[in-house]
Amino acid sequence: MKKLIIILSLILPSMVWAAGGNVHLDKANIDPTDKASLQSGAKTFMNYCLGCHQMQYQRYQRTFEDLGIPLLLAQENLQFTGEKVGDYINNAMPSKAAAKWFGAPPPDLTLASRVRGVDWLYTYLRSFYTDPSRPFGVNNEVFPEVGMPHALQELQGVPSKTHEKRMIDGEMVDLYVGIKSDGSGELSASEYDKTVLDLVNFMAYVGEPSKLESANIGRYVIIFILVLFVLVYLLKKEYWRDVH
Amino acid sequence: MWQNLLDWIEYRIPMMRVAKMHAMEYPAPKNMNFWYVFGFLATIVLINQIVTGIWLTMNFEPSAERAFASVEYIMREVDYGYILRYMHSTGASAFFIVVYMHMFRGMIYGSYQKPRELLWLFGMFIYLALMAEAFMGYVLPWGQMSYWGAQVIVSLFSAIPVIGPDLVIWIQGDYVISGATLNRFFALHVIALPLVIVILVFLHIVALHEVGSNNPDGVEVKRKKGSLKEEEKTKFKMHEYYTSKYDIIDDVVPFFPHIVLKDLVAFCIFLLLFCYVMFFNPEMGGYFLEHPNFEIANPLKTPEHIFPVWYFTPFYAILKAVPNKLMGVCAMFLAIIFLFLIPWLDRSKVKSWRYRSGLHKWNLLVFAGVFIFLGYLGGTPQEPWKITASQILTFMYFGFFGLMWLYSKNEVTKPLPERITK
Amino acid sequence: MSNTPVNNDRRRFLTAATSVVGGVGVVGAAVPFIASWNPSAKAKAAGADIEVDISKINPGQLLRVEWRSKPVWIVRRTPELLASLAKNDDMLRDPNSEEDQQPEFARNEYRSLKEEYLVLVGICTHLGCSPQHLKDGAFAAHTEGVNDGFFCPCHGSKFDMAGRVFQGVPAPLNLVVPPYYYIDDNTLLIGSEEGAA
Repeated sequence: MKKLIIILSLILPSMVWAAGGNVHLDKANIDPTDKASLQSGAKTFMNYCLGCHQMQYQRYQRTFEDLGIPLLLAQENLQFTGEKVGDYINNAMPSKAAAKWFGAPPPDLTLASRVRGVDWLYTYLRSFYTDPSRPFGVNNEVFPEVGMPHALQELQGVPSKTHEKRMIDGEMVDLYVGIKSDGSGELSASEYDKTVLDLVNFMAYVGEPSKLESANIGRYVIIFILVLFVLVYLLKKEYWRDVH
Repeated sequence: MWQNLLDWIEYRIPMMRVAKMHAMEYPAPKNMNFWYVFGFLATIVLINQIVTGIWLTMNFEPSAERAFASVEYIMREVDYGYILRYMHSTGASAFFIVVYMHMFRGMIYGSYQKPRELLWLFGMFIYLALMAEAFMGYVLPWGQMSYWGAQVIVSLFSAIPVIGPDLVIWIQGDYVISGATLNRFFALHVIALPLVIVILVFLHIVALHEVGSNNPDGVEVKRKKGSLKEEEKTKFKMHEYYTSKYDIIDDVVPFFPHIVLKDLVAFCIFLLLFCYVMFFNPEMGGYFLEHPNFEIANPLKTPEHIFPVWYFTPFYAILKAVPNKLMGVCAMFLAIIFLFLIPWLDRSKVKSWRYRSGLHKWNLLVFAGVFIFLGYLGGTPQEPWKITASQILTFMYFGFFGLMWLYSKNEVTKPLPERITK
Repeated sequence: MSNTPVNNDRRRFLTAATSVVGGVGVVGAAVPFIASWNPSAKAKAAGADIEVDISKINPGQLLRVEWRSKPVWIVRRTPELLASLAKNDDMLRDPNSEEDQQPEFARNEYRSLKEEYLVLVGICTHLGCSPQHLKDGAFAAHTEGVNDGFFCPCHGSKFDMAGRVFQGVPAPLNLVVPPYYYIDDNTLLIGSEEGAA
């Protein structure tokens, strides 16, 4: 029984991976109220993503204010493009040249979390693996033939599809155990997951910056409607008494 | 003083007379149930769409270059702009929910039968205008679904023999869907079609108040003058416009306040659901706002799966079910045209399904199920079994009308009550 | 069925309560519509305070900068010019800046923080044109005996080199002094007063 569970737990994930286009997505448990996580994500974005990807519909100032980062501090540590704090989060990359380098211009990421969903982003950023046949030497489980280099390799280390020899039923079996880093990155596997999670949290915030305010207002509105409902219901009852 | 002012106005324009005739002293059947609130709700949603729509145009820029960015500008830079936009986007779906309920109410209680055929026709024209309005509105944010949705729908016209291809180019104002298309859709969406809808709604209500509201029993509350005894007549004061022509039975209430209060209770419940979606879940899992539409329109790349918004998917499924292009388009338009013809396809004299045959009840329920299932098929990725399923369901969709025409002539119905029950 | 209410007081109370709560709801629903007419977050960012380097202005020269999409003038006044200002007092509508057209710190003879530098919003208080800077005797054509001043080409309003309006012209008030302060000797911040930012 125990053996069966081990086999299943090892085989099932790889079976799901093998499904190709319909890959299993890991759940991104983001917390939009966690300012520290959002700030960490903003830092990762500005350092590793903004070189190629813009967030052209979002302004720095709004972002910093919502994330609770003092403007002066943020300008020194998070703004590398020399633009004003009131400007949009753009980069200087000419999109025609970029299209030449990568095959397509790097997409704008303002709304990436709403197009793809946070689970997709979270899984995608953790699914790069070494593939010498690709122009940048990496491929992606979630986005096969991706035209993007592994921008976070410095943090993760060199990831590759890993097989391990396991003893099952007295036989040595070569089992695929997923994508593993060679450990050359700045972060451990769990630290890397957390960094990606924070980044995804930040991207989800930029996708819909008013989400928290909206839910906040929504709560009062719902309570108000309930009060109104009780009054209107009683009034209706009162008037219909002389009918039934 | 106050009374003098009112009299002064009344002498020049019949303000109080209209209010009395159409609200305070308008006789409405007392047994109008849950199903009867959707007309009121549709009016509220219409007002919501018009007001939020006006406000959205204050910052929206109808050009291929700026449309997508200006929507994000509304979402991010305008104070409470996201509330205005979500009110409008949630309102669009809410509009179709209440309109579909309203139409089904008309079908189950036979509200299209004599003398309400025109009332039903006006309603159907509103529905048609609403579909055009919603389609053009969906193009405006200029996302991927806006673009490719427009591409597919406009291409339907290319199925027309001979003039089709030229007609498509004329509609687009370009060789592809382009900024020119966006601009003309914007003009139609914010000026022309709302005007048409408001006028049709006005006519719909005028026609309703001329013939009076139907009710779940299908019992007429206005009787021939002199046919009722004094104690059978309503004790509420009704306008002499009605009492001079008819005897009104003691089963009515004035529209205001009784029916209005009932509608307001429903309105509160509706508002609760509406605000929940608007504030907490505006995408509604990709049904109210489709995920690919958060990506700017790209004429070189079609999204992986493309379908219209949920309220069009039943007809989209019918379109896809027919393997011939022209026939598919015809089937889709026929599916709507048949709805127009219901008053003449149903030949029964009994209105409400309460007093009609079991066959009729089943036919209606199956039709509702078929419509929903077609919606599911039209709104999910293509799979082989779904083609067969949608062909069967398309057949059943049209079967509803054919069956009704056949059995309703000599249908075995239950005896109608003299008075409203309950 | 009867048309007479069973309980009139209850009916009246509920009607009033529902109307009041419903009224609050209507007011609440109006908030986003009214608030959306405020300057957007982007417009506010564009209207933020600006810093101006004043080290390169020569005596007598006027520097024109843009603040909230309006022209702001910074004039470096010569000592002779400053000395001549007091002569104008009899010809002015409001020589002592009694009208509320400037921050408290500029309610003085020179209408400025430092005597040397005059900072004004360059919009005529009549109907919003931007007056011209006439200097070195050019202004005397409009007002005898005054060599320097601002002349509005639209309707002929005249202001002296402290932005004070002359009598007998359509403009009713002195030119507006915006809030500002010196970050250091060479840098001016326009948009806030010191300590307020």
